[in-house]
Amino acid sequence: MNGLTFDIAHLLAGGLVLVSFMMLYQDRLFALINVFALHAVVLALSVAWQAYVQDAHHLYVTAAIALIFKAIVIPVGLHRIIQRIGIHRDIETAVGIGPTMLAGIGLVALSMVLMLRVTPEADPLAREDLAFALSIILLGLLVMVTRRNAVSQVVGFMSLENGLVLAATGAKGMPLVVEISVAFSILIAFIVIGVFLFRIRERFDSVDVGALDDYRGERR
Amino acid sequence: MALIAELAVQGAQMMLVLLLAPLLTGFVRKVKARLLRRQGPSLIQPYRDLLRLMRKEVVLAGNASWLFRVIPYLIFAATWVAAALIPTFATGLTFSWTADLIAIVALLGSARFFLALAGMDVGTSFGGIGASREVMIASLAEPAMLLIVFSLALVAGATQLSTVAAFMGSPEVGLRVSLGMSLIALVMVALAENARIPVDNPSTHLELTMVHEAMVLEYSGRHLAMIEFAAFLKLLLYVSLISCVFIPWGLVTARSGPGAYALGVAVYIGKLALSGILLAVFETAIAKMRVFRVPDFLGAALMLALLGTLLLFVSRSL
Amino acid sequence: MTSIVALLLWGAAAFLGTAMLAVAVSRRGSATHLVYGATLGISAVMFAIATAALTGDPAGVSPVTLPLGLPWIGAHFRLDALSAFFLVVVNLGGTVASLYGLGYGHHEPAPHRVLPFFPAFLAGMNMVVLADDAFTFLLSWEFMSLASWALVMAHHREQDNTRAGYIYLVMASFGTLALLLAFGLLAGPDGTYTFDAMRAAEPSRFAAAAALVLMLLGAGSKAGLVPLHVWLPLAHPAAPSHVSALMSGVMTKVAVYGFLRVVFDLLGEPAWWSGVVVLFLGGLTAVLGILYALMEKDLKRLLAYSTIENIGVIFVSLGLALAFKANAMPSAAALALTAALFHVLNHSFFKSLLFFGAGAVLTATGERNMEKLGGLIHRMPLTSFVFLVGCVSISALPPFNGFVSEWLAFQAILQSPDLPQWGLKVMVPAVGGLLALSAALAAACFVKAFGITFLGRPRSAAVEQAQEVDRYALAAMFTLAALCLLAGILPGLVIDGLSPVTLSLIGSRMPVQMAQPWLSIVPIAESRSSYNGLLVFVFIAISASLAAFVIHRFASHALRRGPAWGCGFPDVTPAAQYTAVSFAQPIRRVFGTFAFRAREKVEMPPPGATAPARLTVEIHDVVWETFYQPITGAVGYATEKLNRLQFLTIRRYLTLVFLYLVTLLLVLALWP
Repeated sequence: MNGLTFDIAHLLAGGLVLVSFMMLYQDRLFALINVFALHAVVLALSVAWQAYVQDAHHLYVTAAIALIFKAIVIPVGLHRIIQRIGIHRDIETAVGIGPTMLAGIGLVALSMVLMLRVTPEADPLAREDLAFALSIILLGLLVMVTRRNAVSQVVGFMSLENGLVLAATGAKGMPLVVEISVAFSILIAFIVIGVFLFRIRERFDSVDVGALDDYRGERR
Repeated sequence: MALIAELAVQGAQMMLVLLLAPLLTGFVRKVKARLLRRQGPSLIQPYRDLLRLMRKEVVLAGNASWLFRVIPYLIFAATWVAAALIPTFATGLTFSWTADLIAIVALLGSARFFLALAGMDVGTSFGGIGASREVMIASLAEPAMLLIVFSLALVAGATQLSTVAAFMGSPEVGLRVSLGMSLIALVMVALAENARIPVDNPSTHLELTMVHEAMVLEYSGRHLAMIEFAAFLKLLLYVSLISCVFIPWGLVTARSGPGAYALGVAVYIGKLALSGILLAVFETAIAKMRVFRVPDFLGAALMLALLGTLLLFVSRSL
Repeated sequence: MTSIVALLLWGAAAFLGTAMLAVAVSRRGSATHLVYGATLGISAVMFAIATAALTGDPAGVSPVTLPLGLPWIGAHFRLDALSAFFLVVVNLGGTVASLYGLGYGHHEPAPHRVLPFFPAFLAGMNMVVLADDAFTFLLSWEFMSLASWALVMAHHREQDNTRAGYIYLVMASFGTLALLLAFGLLAGPDGTYTFDAMRAAEPSRFAAAAALVLMLLGAGSKAGLVPLHVWLPLAHPAAPSHVSALMSGVMTKVAVYGFLRVVFDLLGEPAWWSGVVVLFLGGLTAVLGILYALMEKDLKRLLAYSTIENIGVIFVSLGLALAFKANAMPSAAALALTAALFHVLNHSFFKSLLFFGAGAVLTATGERNMEKLGGLIHRMPLTSFVFLVGCVSISALPPFNGFVSEWLAFQAILQSPDLPQWGLKVMVPAVGGLLALSAALAAACFVKAFGITFLGRPRSAAVEQAQEVDRYALAAMFTLAALCLLAGILPGLVIDGLSPVTLSLIGSRMPVQMAQPWLSIVPIAESRSSYNGLLVFVFIAISASLAAFVIHRFASHALRRGPAWGCGFPDVTPAAQYTAVSFAQPIRRVFGTFAFRAREKVEMPPPGATAPARLTVEIHDVVWETFYQPITGAVGYATEKLNRLQFLTIRRYLTLVFLYLVTLLLVLALWP
């Protein structure tokens, strides 16, 4: 593999981490969803580049799925949901932006140290892909942890899944079936959670998951 | 003889930054005005402003101290020295090793330290407000800047700007995500340091959100001229820094003859024009933030710079 | 050559003799001159000897054993490069503090509480640095602590000073206990307490780790490492100002010496994780220390908190040196250690200078609270000039000395990618970010310190009557200011002077700097990084004079004094100026919620009500609340419970003693 192919793959995967960070930074729902769409676009580009580099045509399908579903269908759907239930206001982050970003940096550092330590002999591309993918997964989890709003938790969950796809495409020879199933499971999760959202909304007049805690009699 | 020639080139660079700095500011103002469909002041208006200020009488506040009168010269000198140490059209000039990038950042820090003191000297609330906000901005911008320097130094293996520029111009640098992050962070820091639009507005006075203008509110006449000149130089400095590190093509090396130097100067002016247009477009397109959004903005720059440094470890060479 | 150590010991004895003399004469009027004159002379001579020893060949000096202390050990004293360097720091500080004291001492309300302890304090610090066995070291260490405690208690009738003294005493005893245990571990089962024997012994990995932690506790509590710093900002400002300068500028350095002596010299090869611990503590200390300083409005306490920051900076460099040393990278370790030692020297210069300045302000106005000062630049122009030099130096701005040591630390940080451990690789740049953050915050803090105290308009009547201080104090301050500039523009001289120390501790040194063209400093290679303080200074001077010349040649000379413009706002009272607290408000809003759990509460009266609107700010000392309050609570609880023991019958007391004896015997019987 020559320098340029590596550099472009590196750039795209690094860009994905950067977009994950932008997700941590957004405090408005619409902006968050737009950033998620961007995340999916960068993922699609990254997967497509991997398909080109590895000469694995089935990966183009994965890229297309990422582009169509995650960059277009799901964001449009989420936009509609938000408009329907009328929550355009700020996300109440459970933790401030500064500490969240610091924690994010810490997680990236952690995944770098971990992945680089355990995979000293691996192919450099797969190695850095894995490190980036682990960071994206952890950042997705962080988004889910630091937000109270169900919609932003869904977005965090899907960005986590993007990290999984990145890891899967980085490892050569992963069969297509897995990816399609992963993508569809996410779609299903999205539908389920969408329905779930409306349920919460009907019952408690809020999509703040804190309402569920109140219902269960827990203290926050 | 060779030494005299080298000294002459170094002197030429010092004069070049001095001459071009007001022009750059005038150019940015002109482009902004044109983008707003205004005619705008002429390109050489900043020179005229400086001359006019120099001819004016100084009105000094009653209790201004000796420090207040010395500071404009100190700020001007520190900024000028810093600006002259950045490779503009040629690398490896005679005194380029006097200070590396860290020292240049610290020199600008000295200028800011004295500017903030000047704001507090007269004892009006505006001066205090400006100084306290300036140090708040600096307390985030400086670490961000130093982390950017770390990223660059870890990539290029040096903090010496000539070496960094030479490395960035060589093909082995490649596309690196860390460098992209450093570039974005550097642009953000540069906007904040130069009191440009999302952080501060350089063209307004009576606004409670002003930072830089609030500190220099009590200055007039030749003192104000010095401070304005230093601000022009600082803008030129950051533009030269960004272009020398991230668009290093066209930089000539020292001792390469007058023809090459002329070419280098021409390319440098081209880079300045390009950056000026980009700055004007950006400033026209974006709105000013309120003061307590600035820490978020600069915090993002700091995080980007730190992330860039971390991501270096998964790139090719390290 | 044998005589050098003996000569230095005679110096320490002379200090003790001066202390005795001071007890006798302290009530007389001439005592101040006599005592400070004597200490000035002795410290100047000791400084000269130590400098000669450092530049000469300290390895060739043979140790001295005195038949003092424990009978079968004796007291060992030795001089090597490390102790010679710290003797330079101690005695230089002692010299200028004595010079300052010559004038400042006349304002002392109770000289008999200061004069005897001042020479004793100097003697204690000198003996710690000279000691060559654990017993002498600890004895001198305690002597130093107690002498400084007595000086802290000199003004014991002032508010809060007794509490400061009490907390200092507790923390000092705790620190000494930790040191005692550390030496106990190093001495091993044979109980060899000389440093030579400890150096030769190979401690087990567990013992070495435990000794490192204990040293961090013992020396760290004296130096002011977070979270052991709580006593420092209380005790340092409570002492008379020249003693505050010695405590902050010099005694914390003696603590650094203790850490260096044990961890770099006696412990042998360090483990790589020790670098991580020290780096982390250093970075935390640097940032928290300066944030506390920013929130402070008492000038001397602000300086004390800034000492904590500088200790953090020193420990960051020490942590780097440990990490490099553990990974067999001697040249990088030498660079980091040089940065640390250079900062030790620098901090002793500018912190003494700043405390002297604060003392001058205190004598002139009777105020330490910055909210009541302001505009002193008009009344005390010379003091304000040297204070400004100190502020610029401590803010790490070129061309002064503080910048050089920070620059060296950054250069050392840039060597970190060569470290083999991933954890260190990733951590070191982050700590570099913390270092940069603390430097930027330090600049903010000293803009505040200088701007609020010396600039603006006077905020109280006392300030308007202020007079410039006496010429001894000015001489001391100008000496230090000149040293700050000299060390900043001729750093190569200092770096070369430090090379024997790095050679003895690391086995390597930075390249010779004075041979570089134009006297610039080049840690590795000129193409990588270089800095030339002299040229930067000359360039700034030339361009400033050029600008001034052009202006005065071509521009208008007209100048008129008028009322301040202030956006056309009429001239209001000086109370409407920015204060120390309002200056720090933006920074408090950015970092305060994170570091101090700061909360701002605005009480707005309803429309029509005549009550004033109130803004209350709540700041928590997180360290105190997390670490110390539970301990004080537990101690209080225990004392309350144990109080009942005071009211027992004789028979029960006897039972108690008997049970205790039996328990001890049982333990002895069951001990394997």
